[in-house]
Formats: sequence, structure tokens, C-alpha cells
Amino acid sequence: MTRWLALGALVAVALVSAVVLGPAHVALGDLASSEIVRSLRVPRALLALLVGGSLGVAGVSLQALVRNPLADPFLLGLSGGAGLGAVLAIALHVGGPWALPLAAFAGALGAMALVYRLGLVGGAQLDPRVLLLAGVAVGAFSGAITTAIVSLAEAADLRNAFLWLWGGLSGASWDTVLVMLVYIPVPLVVLYAAARPLDLLALGEEPATHLGADVEPLKRRVYVAASLLTAAAVAVSGVIGFVGLIVPHITRLVWGHRHRALLPAAFLGGGALLLFADTAARVAVAPRELPVGIVTALVGVPLFAVLLRRWAGARS
Amino acid sequence: MSDTAPLVAVHGVTYRYPHSPGDALHDVSLEVRTGEFHAVLGPNGSGKTTLVRVALGLVAPETGTAELAGQPASAWLRRDLARVVGVVTQREDNLFPQQVRETVLLGRYPHLSFWGVERPADRAAVTRALERCDALALSERWIWTLSGGEYQRVRLARALAQEPRLLVLDEPTASLDVRHEMELFELVRGLVDRHGLAVVMITHHVNLAARFADRVLLLENGRTAAQGAPGAVLTRETVERVFAWPVAIEPFDGRPQMIPLRQPKEPT
Repeated sequence: MTRWLALGALVAVALVSAVVLGPAHVALGDLASSEIVRSLRVPRALLALLVGGSLGVAGVSLQALVRNPLADPFLLGLSGGAGLGAVLAIALHVGGPWALPLAAFAGALGAMALVYRLGLVGGAQLDPRVLLLAGVAVGAFSGAITTAIVSLAEAADLRNAFLWLWGGLSGASWDTVLVMLVYIPVPLVVLYAAARPLDLLALGEEPATHLGADVEPLKRRVYVAASLLTAAAVAVSGVIGFVGLIVPHITRLVWGHRHRALLPAAFLGGGALLLFADTAARVAVAPRELPVGIVTALVGVPLFAVLLRRWAGARS
Repeated sequence: MSDTAPLVAVHGVTYRYPHSPGDALHDVSLEVRTGEFHAVLGPNGSGKTTLVRVALGLVAPETGTAELAGQPASAWLRRDLARVVGVVTQREDNLFPQQVRETVLLGRYPHLSFWGVERPADRAAVTRALERCDALALSERWIWTLSGGEYQRVRLARALAQEPRLLVLDEPTASLDVRHEMELFELVRGLVDRHGLAVVMITHHVNLAARFADRVLLLENGRTAAQGAPGAVLTRETVERVFAWPVAIEPFDGRPQMIPLRQPKEPT
């Protein structure tokens, strides 16, 4: 109970600091009436919570699915596909406020379909190991095409594309928050409903079957739902690395490995982490802004190294 | 589902793996009823595990039928089946660290409702299963600190927590020393005698199978070499042919015991 209270308090602090802090000074008394707060900071904070939460949940689920605690949602090729979609949209001068996110979303879905199809090469059973390899291959392939397009296109457009690829929540608006609020509950509920069979999957596919899990439909549901979460996150905020890797690890350390507790904890933890990272990205070099993916990588890589050492140490 | 139907009813089953030249199983039958301990013996690759996979409905036979508790094996929902059959597989991984009680609690999965939280009845079933496997004292231990024998008892407890009527064990004593091997066989025999479970055990221990099992199925290249009471199956001729090694068979405690013979040296 105390750890849930602590996590709740952490999310609250993260939300408050995201709303209070920023390059433009807003007096505490004016927070409620400030246009900056109402139309920029609040939706951006909410979006950070939803995106970070989605990445945390996608990370936990995919790690259980591919049975590898070092898996990251972006390892499955989605970021490559999303990047390709976004750069294509920029190169083809597709206009409109939703062009970039929709193109990125379509690219991520394309990559997901391709990886899924490759995951079935061995027959009717989805092989998680093949899934990982297919993800890496599809990611590398779409990365190559992306770079080819970038090298042939106008330079001016492409700064946007590159910054977008490093992730950022500056496109946040109440509209994006609403779209996310409508969209993510479905994959979240699907994954939460799979919490118990995911516990069984940690023993291996055959033991899980004998304990009553329908392993094949389970793997497919989890892969598709976690990918849909990741695709939405990448569409509204670019590629934000390490949230989906670090958050599952930390929550596993505190909550253990039962997915019924782990999934909600990873949602709140991911949301809090991305809120703090985004606040730092906005404030650190104000009035300019860092892509938030740089902040999560700068924090995440050293943290990851420490976790890796702990993990290797616990095994020996 | 009637209670008089045999728990396992495999009749005249033939199965061939895709892209394989020969049958993995050819015209094999196995019938297991409540309160019976069946041992499945045979050399490596003789079809023991395949037979269990067919019996549990994991693969569909080309000819013949496989039924579990009166229903076609492939027609069972996995969750329903997991309340009838508990399986201790040859291998399992533990991706994440777990405590003993936690891993045994996974055996309650088929009894929980869709969003269900464990009820007191589930915790009681876990305690009971741990007790029966003499593993209650291990409850709070982390799995990776267990010895091989302790770990097998815990895995057996997890299968018992499913409250099954049939227990299937695939080489449960591989790599255990004599004491832990005997403890496990005694434990399984006790479950059959005291709690009326049916047991199918795949094993390489010809002698322990002969002493503990009610019936033995001896497989040879996917075919039935012999089937029945240990004394009828484990004759010198049959065992020598199936395992391709000279043996002597001596009675002990009313059961046949196999002694592999030294190979005579070729005169040089």
C-alpha cells in the first residue's frame, strides 16, 4: 500500500511541476487563469503522462512476451516504420496538422504488420525469438530507406524530421490528449486482461499451456495491443527511448513480477518519468527546448548500465 | 463427462511429425483410470513424449482417437483441462525471480475467474499442495536457492494446486540423486494410494517403474513393445531387444529388476 501511495505522490509531484515550471514565468496565483498553462502546459503534461504510461505498459508486456527482460518496445521495428512514415510525409509535402502523426502511425502499423508476418515464418505459431530478429531487421531496413529519402530531399524540411525522430511533446494540444484518451484504453484493457496468463508465460510456453493459458492467442493479443500502444506514442511524440525499458525494470524491482500489479505500476511510473523528463527538456536550455528523447536517453543509459550490473550480479 | 470413463483413453494412435520420414507413434493405445500409476518406458526417441502430447490434445493423431475424461482431447479448453490434468514438464524456465509460494499459486490460475483475485480457498489449496509434497517449509524461499530435488517437489506442488484428477510427469527424476529420486517416487505413489490420483510418468528408470507402477507401457520406435503389469512386460527378451543391451532380470519384492550386463570383450 505504501508503495502505491508513494507512486501516486510521485505522479502528483510530476504533474504539478510540469504545470508550474516552464520557460515563461507564471506566478502561482495566476496559474488557473493563465492561457499558457491552460492551452499549453496542462495538455502537454497530460500527454506526457499518457505517452509515458503507454510506453511503460508496452515495455512490461513485450518483455513478458519475448521472454527477454532487456526488450524495449522500439526494438520491434516500430520506430523505424514510424520514422519512415513521418519522413515520407515531409518529403512529399503532405500538409495539415495531423499529417505527420498519421503518417508516423501508418508507418508504425506497417512495420508492425511486417514484423508480425515474419514472426510467423516458422508456421502457425508466433515465435518470440523470430519476432525480435524480425523487429531489428525491419527497423534497420526502414532506417535505410529513411536515410535515403533524407539524403535526396531538401535540407530545410529535414531538421524537423530529425528533431521529430528524437521525440518531443511540443505538438501537444487538447486534441491530441483527447485522441489518446479515446484510443489507449482499448489496448490497455486488453493487456490488463492478459495479466495472469502473462505470469504463466514466464515459465515457458509449454508449462503455461498446461496451467491453462491459451498461449497462441495470448501472444498475438499481447503483441498487437503493445504495438498499438507504441504506435500511438510514436505518432504523437516521436521516438522516446528508454522509458519502455527502464520503467519495467524499476517497477519489477519494487512490485515483483505479478502483472496485475506490474502493469498499472508501469503506467504510472512511465507517466511520471516522462513528465519529469519533459519538464527538464523544457526548462534546462530555456528558451530553447531539447527533444525529450535526448533527456530520457541521458538519464536512461546510465541507469540501464546500473540495472544491467545488478541483474547480471543477481544471476551469478 | 462421466466418472466411469477412463481419464486417458488413447486408442490405436498413429502420429507423424511434419517432414519426418517415419511414424513417431504407430498404433499405440493407453488407458488410465483413477487410482492407477502408469509408467511409460522406452529408449530415447521411442515416442514417449509424443504419446503424452497426443493424449493431452496438444497434437492431433492421424489415425486413432485420444480422449480425456470422456471428451476428445483436442476439444478441451486449456483452462478446463488444467483443472483435470496437472503436468510436470521436463523443463521450465524462470525468467523472473519468484518465491516458492508464488510459483505454486500459479497452479490456481485455471480456478480463478476472469478478473479474479485469489480467494482464501486458493491459498488453502496452495498450502495443502505444499504440505503433500513436503515443501511447506520452503514456502518463503526463492526458487533459485532450491536444490534439484526441492525444486521438483515444488513443481509437483504447483501441479497439485491445480487440484487435478490426473498427474502427468515427464522424467521428473532426471538428474536427481538416489534419495531424492526415491522420495519423489514414494510421494507420487502416495498421491495415487491416498488421494486417488491417476498418474502417467515418463521415466528412464526401468527398476523404479517396475517397483512403483501398476502398469508399464514399453515403447520401441513408436510402437508398443509390451504393455501390462511390470512382471509381464519386463522380461529379459523384451528388455534386451528394446534397449539393445544384454540384461539379467531378477525378482525383488515381487517385482522384476533389471541388471545391465557388462559387454563381453572381443578376443583380440
